Amino acid sequence: MSLCTRIHNDGKTQLVLGLCIGILFGFLLQKGGVTSYDVIVGQLLLENFTVVKVMLSAVIVAMIGIHLLVRFGYAELHVHPGSWGSNLIGGLIFGVGFALLGLCPGTVAGAAGTGALDALVGGIPGMLVGSGLFISLYPKIKPILCRAPFAAQTLPEFLHLNRWIVIVVVEVCMIGILLLFAGIGL
Amino acid sequence: MFDMLFAPTWSPYIAGAGIGILVCLSFLMCNRPLGTSSAYAKAWGLLEKAVDPAVEEKKEFYREEIPPRVDGVLMLLPGILIGAFLSAALSGQLHLSLVPLLWAGAFGNNAILRVVVAFLGGIVLAFGARWAGGCTSGHGISGTSQLALSSIVSAACFFIGGIITAFLLFHGSGV
Repeated sequence: MSLCTRIHNDGKTQLVLGLCIGILFGFLLQKGGVTSYDVIVGQLLLENFTVVKVMLSAVIVAMIGIHLLVRFGYAELHVHPGSWGSNLIGGLIFGVGFALLGLCPGTVAGAAGTGALDALVGGIPGMLVGSGLFISLYPKIKPILCRAPFAAQTLPEFLHLNRWIVIVVVEVCMIGILLLFAGIGL
Repeated sequence: MFDMLFAPTWSPYIAGAGIGILVCLSFLMCNRPLGTSSAYAKAWGLLEKAVDPAVEEKKEFYREEIPPRVDGVLMLLPGILIGAFLSAALSGQLHLSLVPLLWAGAFGNNAILRVVVAFLGGIVLAFGARWAGGCTSGHGISGTSQLALSSIVSAACFFIGGIITAFLLFHGSGV
């Protein structure tokens, strides 16, 4: 059994790793400015582009990193098959909550850590209750989640193109968007 | 180098690239994407299990989707809270607040109104995250990085729904 597999299967190590990755994640979210309601709602009002800059930078790095790890056998892809019933409807519902709370599931915990009491006493309990509500309604919602499944799991499969060609094109587009933002002073 | 730890903010590109490296670490060390929203479902499941130990067998969601367990995913939540606390504390940005500035400018300083809307927003957010099978980190970053169609559609809808709602809230009929 390889070292990686041993780490994956060790429950205690995973607890510590989860906590450590969480701490680094929270640290970076705060330093990136996205644990702030004002920054996130500023993005949704198209006045402040910090959220998109942070997310695109993360995806630019992670897309190359994950695919290299997979290419050399150090990781596996974890892709969920999707459907319009799940991802379109769920995504839009999420968007409504995103704007009302002004934070997302990760950044609401970060905001609470920086002293935002509306996140701590409003947002986080709301997240728990909302999860519980979905869990209870899951048997009724399940048929909708399977409606209109996607024809493929990933963009390269959907386009019938080599994975690395798609990666290069998408990476170039994302870097281009960031350069465009810088160019027009967003 | 150490000055960076005390800086109030970093360039969003640097912070974002760091998050990208964390996502890779999660794939390598934990064999899973970096996603936060399922931790709330786990936490709720643990609460339900404390009240009724048999709930795991009773509810389909726990059997088929996310079992209530204390594991690495759950630990992300306290981790994020601690990490953001440390970051804010090191740069003197730690301060208690109830009503965000932008909110106060549009809807006034009523703390109860803000907390109620944050609570309702949290409910809708978590409900949507479970419906779509992920959130801004799981779909928006980890999933799109894998070029997953489910994540690309979800992430686009997060922003479409969010932008429409934010414009309706802040600009009302002026959309």
